Amino acid sequence: MASLQQAVLDLKNLDLLANGNSPIHRLDARAKVLVSFVFIICVVSCDRYEVAALFPFCVFPVVMISLSDLPPLFIIRKIALICPFVLAVGILNPVFDREILMQLGPLGISGGWMSFASILIRSTLTVGTACILVGVTGFTAVCQALERLGVPQIFAVQLLFLYRYIFVLTEESDRASRSRALRSCGKSGKGIRSFGSLTGHLLLRTWQRAERIHIAMLSRGFRGEFRSPKTSRFGTPDLVFVLGWTVYFAIIRSFDIPRSIGALLTGGGL
Amino acid sequence: MHMADALLSPTVGVALWGASAGTIAYCSQKVSTEMDSGKVPLMGVLGAFIFAAQMINFTIPVTGSSGHLGGGLILTILLGPYAAFLTIASVLVVQALFFADGGLLALGCNIFNLGFFPAFIAYPLIYKKIIGREPTSAKITAASIVAAVIGLQMGAFGVVLETVFSGISALPFLTFVAMMQPIHLAIGIVEGVVTAAVVSFVYKARPEIIQSTLELSPMGSHPMRNILLAFLVMAMLMGGFVSRFASKNPDGLEWSITKVTGKVGMKGPEQGLHATLTALQEKIALLPDYSFRKNSELRKEESKPEAAQPFQKTEAKKTEDQKNLAGTSVAGLVGGTMTLGIAFLIGFALKRRRLPQRIVLS
Repeated sequence: MASLQQAVLDLKNLDLLANGNSPIHRLDARAKVLVSFVFIICVVSCDRYEVAALFPFCVFPVVMISLSDLPPLFIIRKIALICPFVLAVGILNPVFDREILMQLGPLGISGGWMSFASILIRSTLTVGTACILVGVTGFTAVCQALERLGVPQIFAVQLLFLYRYIFVLTEESDRASRSRALRSCGKSGKGIRSFGSLTGHLLLRTWQRAERIHIAMLSRGFRGEFRSPKTSRFGTPDLVFVLGWTVYFAIIRSFDIPRSIGALLTGGGL
Repeated sequence: MHMADALLSPTVGVALWGASAGTIAYCSQKVSTEMDSGKVPLMGVLGAFIFAAQMINFTIPVTGSSGHLGGGLILTILLGPYAAFLTIASVLVVQALFFADGGLLALGCNIFNLGFFPAFIAYPLIYKKIIGREPTSAKITAASIVAAVIGLQMGAFGVVLETVFSGISALPFLTFVAMMQPIHLAIGIVEGVVTAAVVSFVYKARPEIIQSTLELSPMGSHPMRNILLAFLVMAMLMGGFVSRFASKNPDGLEWSITKVTGKVGMKGPEQGLHATLTALQEKIALLPDYSFRKNSELRKEESKPEAAQPFQKTEAKKTEDQKNLAGTSVAGLVGGTMTLGIAFLIGFALKRRRLPQRIVLS
């Protein structure tokens, strides 16, 4: 996975975005987590052939990006990286589903292409939302929000630990991997044998590091929880944010607004 | 292979969220009561290790492509099932949030596919059975490969079931199975070999790590019962879902709303807002050429003799329905494009307004 280095770099950048200061950044993390979940549930609950009805949902990521000053290109690039899995499975829809659902002049569009388009839009929206959530909140705050929303403490602590050490360990393994690549001068030496002992050594060092960390933490009074210096309150703006978006999602989910607008313009049936 | 939000219906997504959340809660409770606190940083750092280990590639002899370490099985071998499940879940959360692997709704599915099967099926029922009481290098190799292959096959089958039950993808069940299982057989063998290589190395260097996990988490006397209970709850949720699948309703949310309210769907009524809009649209229509001649169609139907066969009538109705569907689809497309335009205009407007502030700041 060569792109993992890039991904870890992206991860750092994404988390750095959370240091911004905007009305969205200042909201309580719980509000943003909740709204993101409602959004995703609403998006994926649409019918499989829905394309146009998904468009009003774009308002949410667009508004979030512009209000919080996130770099749109960065988010778009993250979305473009979405696992080829979606494409691989989605591209077969037009093959299996050839029933014509829509007629655009001489061009008949089959249900397969409609559902394929729908799948692409869905994944753009849902993946984009996950990126935006981290970009405007920060991973630490998301974890704390999850814990305050009822996620078991040990799991929240686990997430924070994991996040903290990803950077340390990926840098270490990157160094190890690069020096092996330099020494192997091409193909030989990159086989499973050297991989086993290289990774095994990394694992043993990791293990020892974990023991040292644990002792250090115990001596500083660790009792199984991370204490946060600032705890934000769930205030009126947060409530407005949650209720406002939830109402908007409910409306666009229950009424097909694009179709109404389109019907208004084309004079077709509602 | 990660399940993706886009292929998932909310019913399936929420059902597996429930199952995974239940298992996480159970494992959390198990880890915090039964294990020493030294496990906590170990779990975190080993989770990070999985990311780190994925940066080290190796060449696969025959194909020339490169592989890397998978996650689930090696964590279970090192940590035992409960702590490993939590660690795998946390790795997947980070992947869902940062690496856009899968998605937030699919997280439940992914935790279940990639965590539950290796930790609670492949490890206790296959790996431990093969290893027995006294591990040897050969046994470790055999056990790792077999357990990895079977764990991954079950995970891949989980992806297939979740996708097919969701009904978003048009892939037929058998085609999907024929596509997924062989690919994952290959991936499983590679993962097994890699896991075996690393575990054998650790066993040679520090046998007590492998040994202590084998002894430390002897699946208790009745933990499987609790896991099965969680499974049962999930099965009931899934059962509710399957019934909606059979009834061919368009989607799970509407289905559940129908169940709750007793009304079909939440589409607007024929009067009120919709009627007003219908009246209005006749006057405002900018692109009347696109309209489908619903009225003439209706008239044609009326002009038919009274004795028209019911079959003919339904045929006529069918074509009319199709025309209407096509008509609304075009309308949907036009309206959708406009909505999209409006969405981005909103974005630009908000951005424009904030720009001066940003210049002042920088």
